[in-house]
Amino acid sequence: MWFSGWRVLKEGLTGNKGWRPHWRDPDPKPVYDAVIIGGGGHGLATAYYLAAEHDMTNIAVLEKGYFGGGNVGRNTTIVRANYNLPGNSEFYSHSLKLWEGLEQELNFNTMFSQRGVLNLFHSDGQRDYAARRGNSMISQGDDAVLLDREGVRSMVPYLDFDNGRFPIYGGLFHPRGGTARHDAVAWGFARGADQRGVDLIQNCEVTGIDIQNGKVTGVQTSRGAIRAKKVAIVVAGRSSQVAAMAGMRLPIESHVLQAFVTEGLKPCIDQVVTFGMGHFYISQSDKGGLVFGGDLDFYASYAARGNLPMQEHVMEAAMTLMPMIGKARVLRSWGGIMDMSPDGSPVIDRTGVEGLYLNCGWCYGGFKAVPGSGFALAHLMATGRPHGSAARLRLDRFETGYGLMDEEGTGAQHNLH
Amino acid sequence: MRLPCPICGTRDRREFYYQGAASMLERPVSGELDAWHAYVHVRDNPAGRTRDLWHHEAGCGAWVIVERDTVTHEVFGAVLVEDADAD
Repeated sequence: MWFSGWRVLKEGLTGNKGWRPHWRDPDPKPVYDAVIIGGGGHGLATAYYLAAEHDMTNIAVLEKGYFGGGNVGRNTTIVRANYNLPGNSEFYSHSLKLWEGLEQELNFNTMFSQRGVLNLFHSDGQRDYAARRGNSMISQGDDAVLLDREGVRSMVPYLDFDNGRFPIYGGLFHPRGGTARHDAVAWGFARGADQRGVDLIQNCEVTGIDIQNGKVTGVQTSRGAIRAKKVAIVVAGRSSQVAAMAGMRLPIESHVLQAFVTEGLKPCIDQVVTFGMGHFYISQSDKGGLVFGGDLDFYASYAARGNLPMQEHVMEAAMTLMPMIGKARVLRSWGGIMDMSPDGSPVIDRTGVEGLYLNCGWCYGGFKAVPGSGFALAHLMATGRPHGSAARLRLDRFETGYGLMDEEGTGAQHNLH
Repeated sequence: MRLPCPICGTRDRREFYYQGAASMLERPVSGELDAWHAYVHVRDNPAGRTRDLWHHEAGCGAWVIVERDTVTHEVFGAVLVEDADAD
C-alpha cells in the first residue's frame, strides 16, 4: 500500500474503505537468520536497514508489548546533530542526513520539521564554548549560526532577556535540527520492514538467550523457542535485564526522565528552544501543545513516572526563561526510562558472545539517533564490521579508558550525566 | 518520594544527593583492572529491590544506605553507612 496525495484524495471521496493494516501479524517461525529483541524505534530501524541495505529479509523483530510503546513514544521528539566530540559528532551527523531523506525513503509522513534548534547562553564563557561547538558542527559538515542577543531577540522575542540570574547573551542556532512525529517514525520503519518481508512479532517476550560454546544459537520467548545465529539486544530502558539473560552485566544505570505537554495553543514557539542553565527545553507540537522537559530525576528508577520535585524545577525554569508560559495549563506529564551510561554516550557493538550484538546506553538522546542507530547496527550485523559513523561507540571504552565520549567534561562515572 | 534518614527521620527527597548503587562501598582490594572496571562502571541495575547511597547533604550530612524498589518507588528502610561499612 503506497501513500500519495492522489490516494488520500481517492480514499477521502470513497469513505476511506480502501485502507488496510500496515503490517502483517505473523506467528514466529522456528528459525531466522537474525532476531532483533525490541520493537522500539532502534529495533525497527535495524530490521528495516537489514532488509533494505543488506537484503537480509529472513529476520524477525520480537517485541514484548506493542511497537513503539516504549521510549520512542515517550520522548520530546527532538532531532539534532550538534555534538562536539568525535564519535558522537559523526554518528549524529549521519543520523540527521538519514532523517532528511526518511519520509521519501519510507513513503511515510513522519512530520519531520527542520524548524531549528536554539541553544541559549548567558555569559562570555558560555559564548566561547558555543562558538567552539558551532565550529565543531560546521567542521563535521553540519550547520551552526552564532547569534548575539539581538539575533536571538529577533527570533524569540518573548524570552526574559534581562533575567537577573541568567540574562541572555545570545544563542547557538542549528537550522537543520527540529522535531518529528515520534510514533510515525516507529510505524514508518515497521511498515518498511514488513514490506520487505521482515516478520514483526508483537506480544512476544524474550525470556532467555541460548548460547553454546560461546556462540548465540537463538532465544527463548513467551511464544516458543526461536533459533538464530545472530541476535541483537535493542531494548534501551531494559538493557540490563535482557543482557543478564546472556550472562552480561552492563555499565548502565536506569533513570527516569520526565516530559510535559500543555493544552493546545495557537502557534507561538517556532523553534526548539533550550535553556541549558535551567535544564529546560521546549518546542510546540503541530497540534499546538507546548512539549517541554528538563533533567533526570537523578535516582535509579524503572517507574516510567517521576516525582514532584523535578516537575517543580522544570516549571520554575520555564517561568524564568519565558514568563508568558505561566498562563498555559499543563495537560499531562510522563516519564521514560533512560539507559544512562557512565560517559553519557551510547553503545553499538559486538559482545563477548559470537553473534550477539548490543545497542544500548542512549541516555536522553535516543530519538534523534533512531535512523543512524538502525543503519549502523544493521551494517555491523550484516557485514561484521562497524559502520564508519559508529566505529567509536564501543562497549569496552569504559574498561580501557580509550575513546570515552564525555560531552559535558564531567568524568566517565555514573550520576554525572 | 520521602526518604527515612536514620538520624533526622523521614525527610523530603530534595534534601538528599543521590550517589548510586551501594555496591560502591565494596571497594576492590586488589589493583586488578577487571575489578576496578566493575566497581566504577558496571552495575546490577535491578528492576525491583535495590540498595543505594544517598547523602543527606541538606540535613545532617550523613551518608545513608536506602533500600527501595526501583519500579514502585516504595522505600523499605535506611541505615547509616558508618553502621554498615566498617571502612
